[in-house]
Amino acid sequence: MPGAFLLPALIGIPLVGAIFVICTPRAEASLHRGLGLTFTTINFLVSLAILKYFVKANDDFQLVFDVEWIPGLGAHFKTGVDGISVFLVILTTFLMPLTLLGTGGSITKHVREFIASMLILEAGMIGAFVALDLFLFYVMWEVMLIPMYLLIGIWGGQRRLYASIKFVLYTMVGSLLMLVAIFYVYVQHAHAVPDHVYTTDLVELKKVALPYNAQIWCFAAFALAFAIKVPLFPLHTWLPDAHVEAPTAGSVILAGVMLKFGVYGLLRYAIPLFPHGAQVWAPAMSILAVIGIIYGAFVAFAQDDVKKLIAYSSVSHMGFCVLGVFAMTIWGISGSIFAMLSHGLTTGGLFLGIGVLYERRHTRRLAEYGGVWTKMPVFAGLFLIITMGSAGLPSLSGFVGEFLSIFGTFNAGDTLPTPDWIPAPRLLGALAATGVIFGAIYLLFMFQKVFFGKLDKAKNGGLKDLSGRELGVFIPLCLAIFVLGVYPKPILESMEKSVIKFRAELDAHVTEPDGPAHLYGATPLPPTTMGGAAAVPPPVAQPPAGQPPRPVRQIGGGAK
Amino acid sequence: MDVLTPDDYSAGLHFLGLPLLAWIPLLPLLGALINLTLGRKLSRTTVHVIAVAAVAAAAGIAFYVVFGPMFDLYKHDYGGVGISQSPFVWIKIGGFTAEMRFRLDTLSAVMILIVTFIGTLIHIYSTGYMAHDPRFAAFFGYLNLFTGAMLILVLGANLPVMFIGWEGVGLCSFLLIGFWFENEDFATAGRKAFVVNRIGDFCFLLGMFLLYWATKDLAGSKDASLDFFLLKSAPAQQTYMQSFWGGERLAAAAGIFLFIGACGKSAQLPLYVWLPDAMAGPTPVSALIHAATMVTAGVYMVCRMSFLFATSTTALIVVSTVGLLTAMVAAFMALAQQDLKKVLAYSTVSQLGFMFVAAGTGNWTAAIFHLGTHAFFKACLFLGAGSVMHGMEHGGSHTPGDIMTMGGLRKHMPITRVTFMISCLAIAGIFPFSGFFSKDEILGGAFHIHPPGWPVWYGKILWGGLLVAALGTAFYMWRLYFLVFGGEERSEPAKKAHESPLSMTLPLVVLATFATIIGFIGFPHFKSFETPAPMHALASWLEPSVAHEWYEGAGKPAEPIGEASLAEVKACDNRNAKDVCALPGGEGEGVCDVAEPGAKPACSEPGDTGLIGLLILALGIGGLGIGLAWSMYGAGRGGPSRTVQELTEGPLHDVYEASKHKLWVDEIYDAVFVKPFRALARGLFEIVDRFVIDTVAVTGVAFVIGLFGRMSRWFQNGQVQRYLVGLVVGAAAVFLVTDCHTKPTFSYERQPGGTIHLHAQVAGLMRATSVVKWDLDDDGQPDPGVTGIDLVKRADEVAGEVTMWIDDPVDGKTDKVTRTIDLSEDN
Repeated sequence: MPGAFLLPALIGIPLVGAIFVICTPRAEASLHRGLGLTFTTINFLVSLAILKYFVKANDDFQLVFDVEWIPGLGAHFKTGVDGISVFLVILTTFLMPLTLLGTGGSITKHVREFIASMLILEAGMIGAFVALDLFLFYVMWEVMLIPMYLLIGIWGGQRRLYASIKFVLYTMVGSLLMLVAIFYVYVQHAHAVPDHVYTTDLVELKKVALPYNAQIWCFAAFALAFAIKVPLFPLHTWLPDAHVEAPTAGSVILAGVMLKFGVYGLLRYAIPLFPHGAQVWAPAMSILAVIGIIYGAFVAFAQDDVKKLIAYSSVSHMGFCVLGVFAMTIWGISGSIFAMLSHGLTTGGLFLGIGVLYERRHTRRLAEYGGVWTKMPVFAGLFLIITMGSAGLPSLSGFVGEFLSIFGTFNAGDTLPTPDWIPAPRLLGALAATGVIFGAIYLLFMFQKVFFGKLDKAKNGGLKDLSGRELGVFIPLCLAIFVLGVYPKPILESMEKSVIKFRAELDAHVTEPDGPAHLYGATPLPPTTMGGAAAVPPPVAQPPAGQPPRPVRQIGGGAK
Repeated sequence: MDVLTPDDYSAGLHFLGLPLLAWIPLLPLLGALINLTLGRKLSRTTVHVIAVAAVAAAAGIAFYVVFGPMFDLYKHDYGGVGISQSPFVWIKIGGFTAEMRFRLDTLSAVMILIVTFIGTLIHIYSTGYMAHDPRFAAFFGYLNLFTGAMLILVLGANLPVMFIGWEGVGLCSFLLIGFWFENEDFATAGRKAFVVNRIGDFCFLLGMFLLYWATKDLAGSKDASLDFFLLKSAPAQQTYMQSFWGGERLAAAAGIFLFIGACGKSAQLPLYVWLPDAMAGPTPVSALIHAATMVTAGVYMVCRMSFLFATSTTALIVVSTVGLLTAMVAAFMALAQQDLKKVLAYSTVSQLGFMFVAAGTGNWTAAIFHLGTHAFFKACLFLGAGSVMHGMEHGGSHTPGDIMTMGGLRKHMPITRVTFMISCLAIAGIFPFSGFFSKDEILGGAFHIHPPGWPVWYGKILWGGLLVAALGTAFYMWRLYFLVFGGEERSEPAKKAHESPLSMTLPLVVLATFATIIGFIGFPHFKSFETPAPMHALASWLEPSVAHEWYEGAGKPAEPIGEASLAEVKACDNRNAKDVCALPGGEGEGVCDVAEPGAKPACSEPGDTGLIGLLILALGIGGLGIGLAWSMYGAGRGGPSRTVQELTEGPLHDVYEASKHKLWVDEIYDAVFVKPFRALARGLFEIVDRFVIDTVAVTGVAFVIGLFGRMSRWFQNGQVQRYLVGLVVGAAAVFLVTDCHTKPTFSYERQPGGTIHLHAQVAGLMRATSVVKWDLDDDGQPDPGVTGIDLVKRADEVAGEVTMWIDDPVDGKTDKVTRTIDLSEDN
């Protein structure tokens, strides 16, 4: 396949860069920074080449690279992208050089190790986005954990140890349960297939449907890992601590990219592997998402620390992403992916902006600012664009994602077993839409506290507006926010086919007449949970005509 | 020559490869882009030229398109189709499309003329007004940005595109209200405006989603969209009639949601509170955004969605009631204000209420008519106020808006005074100024209206309420006029004030001229004499773009609509309803409004006498208001007369205080919404987040795990004694468990070949010395030789009752278990 080498290259370039940086002399800090910027920029350019080979009309995995990795396990080094992951990869490579550029000289201790950590982090994140093998995914998932742990623990603020350990423990709890579920799937799959071949290939694993009850538990295990990462209420309390203590670069990457793995994991692994489980858990997840949207906004408003405020705003914004996914409509899912892209840009931008202020004033307390616009008009203007992008102003990126995910929820099949008089998806959509109001409240509150008012703190008098380097960070970001908001069509188009396929696979599983639930003698799904979504499939969700539904291989009896 | 169709125009009108309609908002946006990015490096003059030229060019295009192609289309009955152009597709996913489509029909044509024309004048005025402000580039950038957003709002051909403009103007409003952000109060006022508007926008979104949800299956092979044409097609109308919730129609729910959005933007109860505060912005901003254009967006939207509102009586009643209450309450609040711009702000709120009453009585053309006349005279009033404040500031005043320090300014500012007076006459509804015609259209419409399903007296109530509000309007506006321009100067700055420069007075003159003459495009219809067609130009121009009348069945199903009531409605609609809708061809989706074919109904239309009676009554009310104001504030040396003092300190003290403190609405909102919101946010963070989740749940789990760790550490400290303790405790535990004497039992199982397998289950540890005996023949005694834990016997050897003994030789106990064995096949 043409361009198949691109994805391994995207993982390889930062790794090579990391080794390269480590091999240079310790004292050459500016060399390290330069190397870091060079490698991440090269990686960004290489990632743009993906778009050249990416075919919008193709709904399958593209640019697939597949070599045997650990034969004994059946693990492959298999990578590929589809419409769901391709822009997340580009988001990662786009944010990385900007982050390093934005960090500039603010990191002074262990610069070499810092740059190396960032590069390894990038490799891990891209690896996790492009992995098509459960084993590879799990390895990459853990790989990116370690550099982030180091970023917070070494280059962080006052309570960095507490925050970094909290971050790792929280994430680990989820990952370990996920690992157990991975083993279960792995073994069950080998038992089910005729030749009893052990494999961790996602595409193969998806073909076998697990028993109904097992799906519920496996989905719960996966979803727990991903919900912690999102983070979904009430599993979010590691996030504010991690953000507050992390250096700017850590915060940007954490909010901009790493949180996306929660939603991405649901889309790529949890739901396709356990469709029945997803059906059962969907109401709970949706309700938690809506609670998160409102709760995150309220709590964000109560903060005095700007970073904490933005951290809680992430809880609120990522709620839209989860909600969109569990609406399980084309709009909801694509809105969710788009919201992730936008959140990466806007929240990443907000953290970079706070970094600019922190570097100058060494405080993140709102009360310490005020009237900054007078001193930094250019920064204020660019920061306003980012803030408004985050608040979901139409024609900026935030709107499209939020709009589509609420829209998708509003039009979802009734997945909630509720009394007739509550129009459940409409109600959830309406509640989620209140995030539009609350988002404006806390974001404008922050903006006013920082930029408006009198310049009455003596220390703010000496603030300097953005330097050329910082302009180089914010102008591309603002342009991207603007372009995504005004012309989202190419991106939506690219993801549409994959999302339709995702939805069709889900339907195929759920509506399979000899579904696995019957095979195992387990109770068939009650009509409220199973029939609801199946009864109202969106017109686009049907598999394309002339193509038989994908066969669902059956465990046990069917194979003999 | 062939007649050009809408398609021809839509395809033909391009400039530099872009559709001509797209240029109208694009030009101001480009101006904004230049001024906001490079403005700080440009000279003041350059910035002015760019800003004014951008809007003036947009105005030029607007005038060309409206009076050229659009007028041609209108003449050929394509007024409701108009020109529709789309530069690109904005959002397209999963069968939903939102094109970046602009549509010019007769309704949006009126709006773009108002926006670009008044916008240009106000830009020119601003070059004088903001001549000394250091951040002039930002100001003109925002002003241009606003104009662009407003033009997107009115030209948008579907709800999402309209929403871009809708929120865009909100952003500009936020920036311009807080333009002098060094003052914390001003910045807060800007934020308040945005947040309150967002509450409305939230409902706008819900309305939009509801409409899409209802109509998504109607598009057939095409992608469903929220295009106004699709939304007003007949099948869509049918879905609005469906019951949604609690027996109400979908149209009621969607309409009310959209209307709440309009309440936010157009400052209606209960969301009007941001507008008076918005006066913190520079005065040209108040004139352009908070009087002439942005605040009328809600009225425009309701008229744009007239096909939806016309299908639900409930929605219409909500609209007209809210409009009436707002008109009255705001007029009351304006009575005792002491700040020049605050009076005008409440006046704007009140006038917007008039427009919503018109919209809520299905009198769409009157709503747009009043929107237009109000745009002229209110912009003129605001700019006049700006001119006055400019003069007062130059005279040395530090509270330039305080009308109590003014007086006698007629001597110093003649041009401002005359234009202000003309506008005051217009807003008071004095013939022949424009406000007279437009306000009367609303009043008359309300008086005669009786839509199906409405209480008979409802129209009269609306009419009466509006008359009271109109009386208040005339009074407070002329109170303002006498206090500012009449009598003698009441302060030093007033004596030193001087007239403003030409850049400021010229727009005043133009606006005042229009405020005088514009009313004649909406002359009342008299039966006994023919008025020339141009004198009804507005109504016939707008007619193709708005709903004709209430649709059949718009009332509650409970009340069937007879011929008579429909006829009445039609007659009172005050328009020549066309028998055939003007949508042949077009975009192929032109579906007629539900209009009855056939002859015009025989009419209960008011006769000329009645009509003239109403006109004179309204005129009298206006004159009464002016007279009252003159007697209280204008007579003698000017200023508040002794009567005023006696009244406000005596019998009317409470009323006066209520008006002065705006009925304490801000304080009530603060106590009911703002403070609880803060407290809730704080509480959620401290209690739920910090304590329940983080301390109890997270740290709690960590603590329990730590506790286990500490306990096991106690055992593992390397001392042999402690390991011995462990050994002893462990051994004791084993003995204890062993000795737990749970009851033994046995199981049985049929096996292939007709045998039975019996298996003894011995509680506790299995002891090699235990002896198990069985009684299979049910004689109460152990059968000799039948021992062992496992037995396999033929089925016929086993009787119904089986007893098992276990002898434990260590403690000498014997356990006895008896079970009935059921060997039927289905076991």
